[in-house]
Amino acid sequence: MSAPGLLGSAWLIARKDLAIEFRTRSALLSALVLSLLAIVIFYFAWDSTAVGAGDLAPGVLWVTFTFSGLLGLHRSFGVEAQDGAMDALLIAPVPRQAIFVGKALANLAFVLGVQAVALPAMVLFYDVGVGAAWPALIGVMILAAIGLVAVGTLFAGLTANTRLAELLLPVLALPFFVPIVMPAAQATAKLLAGRPLAESFAWLRILLAFDLVFAYACMLVFPATLDD
Amino acid sequence: MTDVSSTPPATRRVDPVALLAFAVVALAYGRAIWFTPPEATQGFAQKILYVHAPAAWVAFLAFGVTALAGAFWLFLKDQRLDRLAESSAEVGVIFTTAVLVTGPLWGKPVWGTWWTWDARLTLTLFLWFIYVGYLVLRGVIPGREQRARYAAVVGILGALLIPFIHLSVYLFRTLHPLPVVARPEGPAMPTVMVKTFFLAFFAFTLLYVAFVRARMALATERDALDDAAVGG
Amino acid sequence: MTPRVEAHDLVRVFGGRRAVDGVRCSLRAGECLALFGPNGAGKTTTLRLLAGLLSPTSGEARVAGVRLPSPEARHHIGLISHRSMLYEALTARENVGFSARLYGLADPEGATDRALRALRIADRADVPVRQLSRGMQQRVAIARAIVHGPDVLLADEPYTGLDEQGATALTALLRERREAGAAIVVVTHHLHEGLALATHAAIMQGGRVVRHESAHGLDPLAYADTYRALVA
Repeated sequence: MSAPGLLGSAWLIARKDLAIEFRTRSALLSALVLSLLAIVIFYFAWDSTAVGAGDLAPGVLWVTFTFSGLLGLHRSFGVEAQDGAMDALLIAPVPRQAIFVGKALANLAFVLGVQAVALPAMVLFYDVGVGAAWPALIGVMILAAIGLVAVGTLFAGLTANTRLAELLLPVLALPFFVPIVMPAAQATAKLLAGRPLAESFAWLRILLAFDLVFAYACMLVFPATLDD
Repeated sequence: MTDVSSTPPATRRVDPVALLAFAVVALAYGRAIWFTPPEATQGFAQKILYVHAPAAWVAFLAFGVTALAGAFWLFLKDQRLDRLAESSAEVGVIFTTAVLVTGPLWGKPVWGTWWTWDARLTLTLFLWFIYVGYLVLRGVIPGREQRARYAAVVGILGALLIPFIHLSVYLFRTLHPLPVVARPEGPAMPTVMVKTFFLAFFAFTLLYVAFVRARMALATERDALDDAAVGG
Repeated sequence: MTPRVEAHDLVRVFGGRRAVDGVRCSLRAGECLALFGPNGAGKTTTLRLLAGLLSPTSGEARVAGVRLPSPEARHHIGLISHRSMLYEALTARENVGFSARLYGLADPEGATDRALRALRIADRADVPVRQLSRGMQQRVAIARAIVHGPDVLLADEPYTGLDEQGATALTALLRERREAGAAIVVVTHHLHEGLALATHAAIMQGGRVVRHESAHGLDPLAYADTYRALVA
């Protein structure tokens, strides 16, 4: 018998996490409701005669994703902590990094799931014309989600074992979301304004570089967040 | 893990590095205030440069030291490295705060506004957020080894993050005066200002070293006290 | 023959406190060590060191001749604890099956079925674990721990939360495993259950093994007196 490798065991862990999420649906539902609420409430926070809804949309979208993403991340290591299941994962003959990759994959599905509902909702409520920009917009969403989830998963694991975990996670993670949210919101704004994708290349490069650097770095340092 | 050998003697003496640092700081500011002419367009407000820029340098230096000490700790597990990381981060937050306070003080007379979302000021603000988070994290973890490990992770990732924030805010907008000293064609400031400027840098670096030394001595004593309390 | 479990002068320090202070032991196939001791004696830490969940400050632990925490060594270990280590939203079959797949078993469904039947929970296998009683959950936890056929079983207070019937079933199961050639370390407060199973008995206090002997012919009542005399 031979244990599955890094990706194999990561896939098993991701599937297990998603099965739990699907069974309980509590985090996904709250995240969805939270993002819809945020989109609706933000609409009334501005004077719609002074600021066009289309100008608001990108900022609202990204603030919403950031906070609903945090909600999902927090749950990620909670399921392992509840009955000591983390020990069972650690003792299994799988690489430690597989736990990180598996959790990150499940969180990515979670964040993309929220985005898949929130983005059309925003387009509908704010009456934004996306037109031909859909594929590029979805690309930006995915690029941003990867970086968000890489850093978020690491910090969720780090704070899961501490007091004040639910406060500490946003305090630590939000500064790291700056180079994700800023480029993503800027690129979204340009795309919604009907500008060609090429104008957003500078921003997309930052996003892509962030994804590559932090996905790798977080995977590398993850074992140091496990208690031994 | 425990290094009793580095425990300082019970009698407290004034650190000679601290004395030297205070002397050089006094020298630098004496020179800046009385012997360096005011800048032509900005007037007396420009004097704050001699605090603002060296403080910013020390802020980045401090966080670089924190990240490196953390990275080395992960391999060597030497408690002294963690104390260095901790001390450097705390001192760094103080100097970052100085940057964030002097920036608006300088900005108001020169730019006409207290706060601008200028690239470098914004970067410093995020630096402050990252390392305040770092210190909060340290504060909630009771176990020494776990605290060092977690702090090392955040310190390293924080250092990796800085170039990305820099790129983002730079692309966002920039109002900041471009570098006036470190230019390939030579400094644009009069020589007398440059000398004062570098003296201030040197003074702040010494001050950083003195503060970190004092803070490390405190951390060493605290750890020794903890060890004594559990009968280790 | 290589011992199944070996500890060579295991030491583990937590923040200056020596939680485990020079523990050594060696267990061959078919042997069972019962580890007794008061709270804070270092029993659980010892077990976690033997499981590779903690790394020793000094000394080493080996399983099947391989130094921990190598994955090759971890393949041999089954861990049972007073915490269920289960996902309560998933069914017994899903929990055990997840483990079977993580260990890369050739036929995870078959192995899961066999483990569930061995613990006599096959009829409740498709109910979410949260709906099962504490005793039933503990049986699922044991099925999860043995699904990959480990030849080293580490049990940390496995009797916690079990009723009389559950405790008897657990003892019978562990004895059956031992007779099939597994080496077992069981940490417990319960002298009777521990001795019913053990071939060796040890008492820990202050991180050290203060008494170690063969459990053959050991009278539980007399041993209880010995224990109280040592620990009180």
